[in-house]
Amino acid sequence: MDFIKGIFNAVADPRVYFLLMVLALVGLVWKRESIASNAFGYGALGVFTLFFALGGLDPNFRLIITKPDNVPIVGLIFLLVFFVWYSMKQAVVNDRRIAKGEGPEEAAESDRVWVWPDLVYTELISLIVCSIVLIVWSIVLKAPLEQPANRAVTPNPSKAPWYFLGLQEMLVYFDPWLAGVVLPGLIIVGLIAIPYIDTNKKGNGYYTFNERKVEITLFLFGFVVLWCSLIVLGTFLRGPNWNFFGPFEYWDLHKLEALTNVNLSEYFWVRALGQPLPTNYFLRELPGIVLVLLYVGALPVLLSKKLFKTYVDKLGAPRYYVTVFLFLMMMALPIKMLLRWIFNLKYIVGIPEIFFNI
Amino acid sequence: MATETKTIRPQESPATRFWNWLTETQVWKSVFRHERPNTDRNRVLVMLSNIFLHLHPVRIRKSGVKLRYTWCMGGLSFFLFLSLTFTGLLLMFYYRPTLEYAYNDIVGLREHVPLGIMREMHRWGAHAMVITVWLHMFRVFMTGSYKPPREFNWSVGVIMLVLTLLLSFTGYLLPWDQLAIWAITVGSNMARATPFLGHEGPGAALLALGDVKLIHAADDARFALLGGTFVGEGALLRFYVLHCVGLPLGIAVLMAVHFWRVRKDGGISGPM
Ligand code: HEM
Repeated sequence: MDFIKGIFNAVADPRVYFLLMVLALVGLVWKRESIASNAFGYGALGVFTLFFALGGLDPNFRLIITKPDNVPIVGLIFLLVFFVWYSMKQAVVNDRRIAKGEGPEEAAESDRVWVWPDLVYTELISLIVCSIVLIVWSIVLKAPLEQPANRAVTPNPSKAPWYFLGLQEMLVYFDPWLAGVVLPGLIIVGLIAIPYIDTNKKGNGYYTFNERKVEITLFLFGFVVLWCSLIVLGTFLRGPNWNFFGPFEYWDLHKLEALTNVNLSEYFWVRALGQPLPTNYFLRELPGIVLVLLYVGALPVLLSKKLFKTYVDKLGAPRYYVTVFLFLMMMALPIKMLLRWIFNLKYIVGIPEIFFNI
Repeated sequence: MATETKTIRPQESPATRFWNWLTETQVWKSVFRHERPNTDRNRVLVMLSNIFLHLHPVRIRKSGVKLRYTWCMGGLSFFLFLSLTFTGLLLMFYYRPTLEYAYNDIVGLREHVPLGIMREMHRWGAHAMVITVWLHMFRVFMTGSYKPPREFNWSVGVIMLVLTLLLSFTGYLLPWDQLAIWAITVGSNMARATPFLGHEGPGAALLALGDVKLIHAADDARFALLGGTFVGEGALLRFYVLHCVGLPLGIAVLMAVHFWRVRKDGGISGPM
C-alpha cells in the first residue's frame, strides 16, 4: 500500500502532473473514437470513484479532500471528467453521422415542441433535484468557521478561495502583476474575443469535433489543463509555504525545497560571457527584454509567414494578430513552467527595482 | 342527477374534481387568464400571459429541451442565483458587517438558529453556482453556440462569469474568520501589483509629479478595493455592500439581457 501511495505522491509532482494532464488531453483528442463509448465512460467513473474511496482510507488524503471548502472541488473533478467525456462522445457520434451524410443528431431533432409542458416540466424537475441535492449537502456538511480574524496570525498556507487557486499557482512562475492582474485580464478579454476571432462557420449549434478541431483542442487546453487542473493542483497538492505535497503526504511545516533559481541575466552575462552583471539594469536585462519583444512582436509575424499561413488567409491580418497574441499569452504559462523545470530559470526579465519581472 | 354525472365521467378522482372546480373559480380565473393548458391554443396563452413563463418562447426546437444538449447548466445557474438571493436575504436579517459583530453573528447563526442550514445553503449554493456557470460556458463552447448570431450573448455571459466569481469572492470575507481574511488578503494583494495603479506595480513609479509619488500604498488599486491598506473594517463594509447590493444588481440586469438575447437570437441554438 505504501508503495502505491508513493507512486501517486511521485506522479502528483507538479512537473509529472502537468505532463500527464497534457498527455490526457492529447489522448482524449487523438483516441476520441475509442473513448467515446459508454464502457470507457463507466470505466473512468469507476476508476475515479475507486481512487477517492480507497484514498479516503489514508488520513492525510482524507484530511485534504474532506476540508469543507474542498468538497466542491472533488465534485468539480467528477463533473468535469464526466462532461468532457460526454461532450466528446456526442461530438464523435455526430461526426460519424456527418461523415455518413446524415447530419448531426440535433438536426434530426429540429422539429419544434411545446414549451408547455415539455420544457417547463424539465425545468421543474431539474429545480427539484437541484434543491434536494443542495439541502442534503447543507445538512450533511457544515459550513466552515475558523478562529476569529486575527491579523497577527498568518495561517500557513494562506490560500485564496479555491476558484482562484489556478491563479495562485501561477504565482510560482510569474510575479503578481502578471499572474494576478495582466494574465487574468487577458483571460477575460480572450474569452470575450472568442466569437469575434473564430470565423469557422461550421459547428454552430451541435456537438462536433472534426469540424472544429483546433478551436476545441485549444479551449480544452486552456479550460481543462490550465485553469481547472491547476486549481486541483493548488487545492490538493500545495501545502505550507506553497510547497508541493503528494496526496498521501503529511503537510510538514518544515519541508524544505531547495530554491536555486537563476535569472536569465545571470545565465547570459556571468555564465555565458564570464563577466560581472552590468550595473545599469536596462543593459543587464537587455537579453531578456529582446527575447520578450521577439516573442510578442516578431514571433507572430514569423509564424504568419510559415506555420500559421493558412490562418492569416482564413482570418485576415487583424483577427490573426489578435488570435496569435492571445494564443502566445496563453502559452506563456507552460513555456515559463518548462523553463523553470528544465533550466531553473527564475526571471527572463528581472528588474525588481521597478517591479518589472517577467 | 348525481349518479348521472358519475356515469359520464366515472374515472375522475376527488382530486381531479377539486382541481376542475378550483380552476373555474373567479379567484383563479382572475389570476390565470386562460384555460388549463391542454389544448394548443391554451399552451400558447399560458406562455404569453404569464410574466415568468414569457421569458420562454411558445415552441422550441426539440434538441433544445433535451438535457443531452444543454445539460440544463444555464438554467441551474439561474436557479442557484435565485436560491442564493433568497438565502442571502435571510442571512442579512442576522448579520451585521462590523468588526464587533460580524464573527459573532455567524457563530450565533450556527448555534442559536434552530435547524439553521441557511448559511450552508448559501455557501454550498455559491460554490455550486461557480461550477455550473463554468460547465454552462463549456457546453456553450462545445456546441459552438457562441457563433453568429450569438456572439454578444457570449460576451454578456463572460461578464456574468466574472461577476459570479466576484460575488463569491466578496462573500468569502463576510464570516470574518481566519479563513476569510487571509483568503481575501492573498487575493487582494494582487491589486498591489497592478501596472501603473498599484504601488508595487511596474510603471507606478513613473506616475509622479517631480518628487511626489502619485501612487502609494494609501491610494492605489488595492486601497480602492479594500478601503484601507489592509483587510480591515473598510474592506468588510465595501465587500458587504458590493456583495449584497452592487454585484447582485449588476448580474440581475445582465441576466435579463442574457435571457432576452437567448430568445432574440433565435432561441437555444441548433443546426441551421
Ligand atoms: C450567471 C450565469 C449565467 C446564467 C444564469 C445563464 C443562463 C443561461 C440560460 C438559462 C440559457 C439557456 C440555455 C441553457 O440553459 O443552456 C443560456 C444560454 C446561453 N448562455 Fe448563459 N448563463 C450564464 C452565464 C453564461 C456564460 C459564462 C456564458 C459564456 C461565456 C454564457 C453564454 C451563453 C450563450 C452563448 C447562450 C446561448 C446558447 C444557445 O443558444 O445554445 N452564459 N444562459
